[in-house]
Amino acid sequence: MNYFELFSLSPSYDVDTAILAERYRDLQRAVHPDKFANASEQDKRLSVQRTAQINDAFQTLKNPIQRAEHLLALKGLELSHESTTLKDTQFLMQQIEWRESLEEIGDSDDPEAEIEGLYASFDAFAKPITAALKVLLLSDLESDHLQAADQIRKLKFMAKLQDELARVEDALLD
Amino acid sequence: MALLQIAEPGLTAAPHQHRLAVGIDLGTTNSLVAAVRSGVAGTLADESNLHSLPSVVRYTQDAVFVGREAEAFSAQDPQNTIVSVKRFMGRSLEDIQSGSQTFPYAFEASEHGLPIFVTPQGKVNPVQVSAEILKPLIQRAEATLGGTLEGVVITVPAYFDDAQRQGTKDAASLIGVKVLRLLNEPTAAAIAYGLDSGKEGIIAVYDLGGGTFDISILRLNKGVFEVLATGGDSALGGDDFDHMLQDFFQQQWSLQKISASLSRKLLIEARRVKEALTNSDTTIASVVDDSGCELSLTVSRATFDSMISKLVKKTVSSCRRALRDADVSKEDVLEAVMVGGSTRVPLVREEVANFFGKSPLTSIDPDRVVAIGAGIQADILVGNKPESDLLLLDVIPLSLGVETMGGLVEKVVSRNTTIPVARAQEFTTFKDGQTAMAFHVVQGERELVADCRSLAKFTLNGIPPLAAGAAHIRVTFQVDADGLLSVTAMEKSTGVKTSIQVKPSFGLSDTEIGAMLRDSMANAEEDITRRMLAEKQVEAARVLESLNAALSKDSQLLTADELVSIQHFMASLAQLASEQDTDAIEKAIEALDTVTQDFAAKRMDNSIKLALKGQSVDNI
Repeated sequence: MNYFELFSLSPSYDVDTAILAERYRDLQRAVHPDKFANASEQDKRLSVQRTAQINDAFQTLKNPIQRAEHLLALKGLELSHESTTLKDTQFLMQQIEWRESLEEIGDSDDPEAEIEGLYASFDAFAKPITAALKVLLLSDLESDHLQAADQIRKLKFMAKLQDELARVEDALLD
Repeated sequence: MALLQIAEPGLTAAPHQHRLAVGIDLGTTNSLVAAVRSGVAGTLADESNLHSLPSVVRYTQDAVFVGREAEAFSAQDPQNTIVSVKRFMGRSLEDIQSGSQTFPYAFEASEHGLPIFVTPQGKVNPVQVSAEILKPLIQRAEATLGGTLEGVVITVPAYFDDAQRQGTKDAASLIGVKVLRLLNEPTAAAIAYGLDSGKEGIIAVYDLGGGTFDISILRLNKGVFEVLATGGDSALGGDDFDHMLQDFFQQQWSLQKISASLSRKLLIEARRVKEALTNSDTTIASVVDDSGCELSLTVSRATFDSMISKLVKKTVSSCRRALRDADVSKEDVLEAVMVGGSTRVPLVREEVANFFGKSPLTSIDPDRVVAIGAGIQADILVGNKPESDLLLLDVIPLSLGVETMGGLVEKVVSRNTTIPVARAQEFTTFKDGQTAMAFHVVQGERELVADCRSLAKFTLNGIPPLAAGAAHIRVTFQVDADGLLSVTAMEKSTGVKTSIQVKPSFGLSDTEIGAMLRDSMANAEEDITRRMLAEKQVEAARVLESLNAALSKDSQLLTADELVSIQHFMASLAQLASEQDTDAIEKAIEALDTVTQDFAAKRMDNSIKLALKGQSVDNI
């Protein structure tokens, strides 16, 4: 299913989130189960299914990484459930560095500064990746799609690290 | 003589007729019922002009008492007077007894390990006890509003898991009440506040009730209430404050072995002391012990605060986590709303005000606000306000997952995902010719199955016998707008639908519910037959009504042949619905369902298209 079509948007990595949210609300108003509380079982069933689909589409389009994955899938390259590993040594080194900093936060005198620093480092690293991804996703060449997939893998890895960082931050606050 | 109104077959006589529906706050300590009357939402009072009904049920040889009549005997007959039954909902007996608290009830475990109370009226489970609380509320509503209710909205803590939600819904079906929606308590409160003020922005709802704590972060925008994140603890509430005071009394008065009756007296006094400390700095606790001696002691607010401070801190931590999950900061929060009787405790107000950096909103009675919100929602859902802009987008509070090798959990739906949600997962066989597969569904955030709550176990049968790894079974987990899970499965290569038998871990099976239904009827067989017929007739009427509305609006989506065929099946259902054959009505509904499937799907897709009409693809 083409989620961009569902939201009447042209497929693109750049999405106006305000418009996206507005259309999401309009779609929800049309099919949400609350509008069918008194309807037949059949309509109720359909409404739950369609609303679930719209929710899924919204989540996908809202999240830049998932949006990029969906774009790539529309071009015929499925990334999910794969076990391909990245062969980028530079990125690998960076990963190890991040991991080490993450583990040392607990011992730091100023953990909050460490956490801020890591977030900033993620942001700085993600910027050129996102810029490259944007260009690659415009292309119709398969080789570009494969490269785009690699950029997405990096972003996914960083998202996972960010989740871990958030957990560390959480533990510090408690 | 007034003329009888005769509507055309299949058409409702009075389309603008006001339909009766109420919202029910089925609370741990108190329950309330609310409705919208002449455009104003409010709670309904009983004949003594009291609004809240204590959630207490007493079973005696001759009768079942609910509310104040039951509460009055709480100390005298604790074994048969059940308080705070909501805390037992969807929990196993083992769970309940593993806590520090002891209970005066005569417990027994059901086949699945659920708690059963042995009473002079026989064995009852928490679902049945909850149904007893619902009964007088429904009666009160029907007497006040002057007619039969078409449906109710029942509120549940946002943090309730699937078993607890299902139990609540079962309680309503046990007394034949149609549940329009299970509504999360904080969301209900937000409706009550939101419609009043017409605010836009982020609000936090802090809901500390008798037995549960919820924190919800919502975004209000043009009538849409979008829950961004929710958190809490379904076993933390004002009751715990009472128990801390109770333990404190016991310790101070050096009471070692005490009777169930004295224990209940201590608990009642604890609650009184807690409430007294809301408006004064000290109060005197006093109780007459089993030997007739009067015990007393002075309790200061400072002492009480130090007792409960750890619990209150825990709720603040949950607030912090919920904000993070919602990806908003404290400064973004426009308003913090206080809900639940326990938010009257001064320390709770202080800590919440400190955390959010603003004094919390308390303008609507914290005991009634949830019921009022539910009443507003019920009025809309039943169809009295078709022009309403209100839309609730709620989330699933705890992640759903399946057990994989080694007792690990694979997450299928993560917490705070907007519902309804459907997720498909593919599984394969690991033995040649394997025709069945066992699944274990759990709910929780931890990685090990043992640390999560078991929801259900089910077996897929009828997998076509293929080589190991050749069968691809697609299992779809769907969570509906009530937060309830259902599972369907299909083998992909052959398209064979596999059958699923879901065994709820801490809930009741359909057969158990059937048995309870029969038990609840005096003249079992005859009553049940009559009730089933009535239910089918109502369903038939609903199907015909909504189909008529659909046809008058969208019949252009059908070919002439399709229309004739649908009308034929409708006429036959209308005929059967006026007769007495329940099975025949059921079959006719199914037949009509099949013949209208495409039409229904087309209409739904049409409304999706219409929703975005005029917004061109190149709008950005």
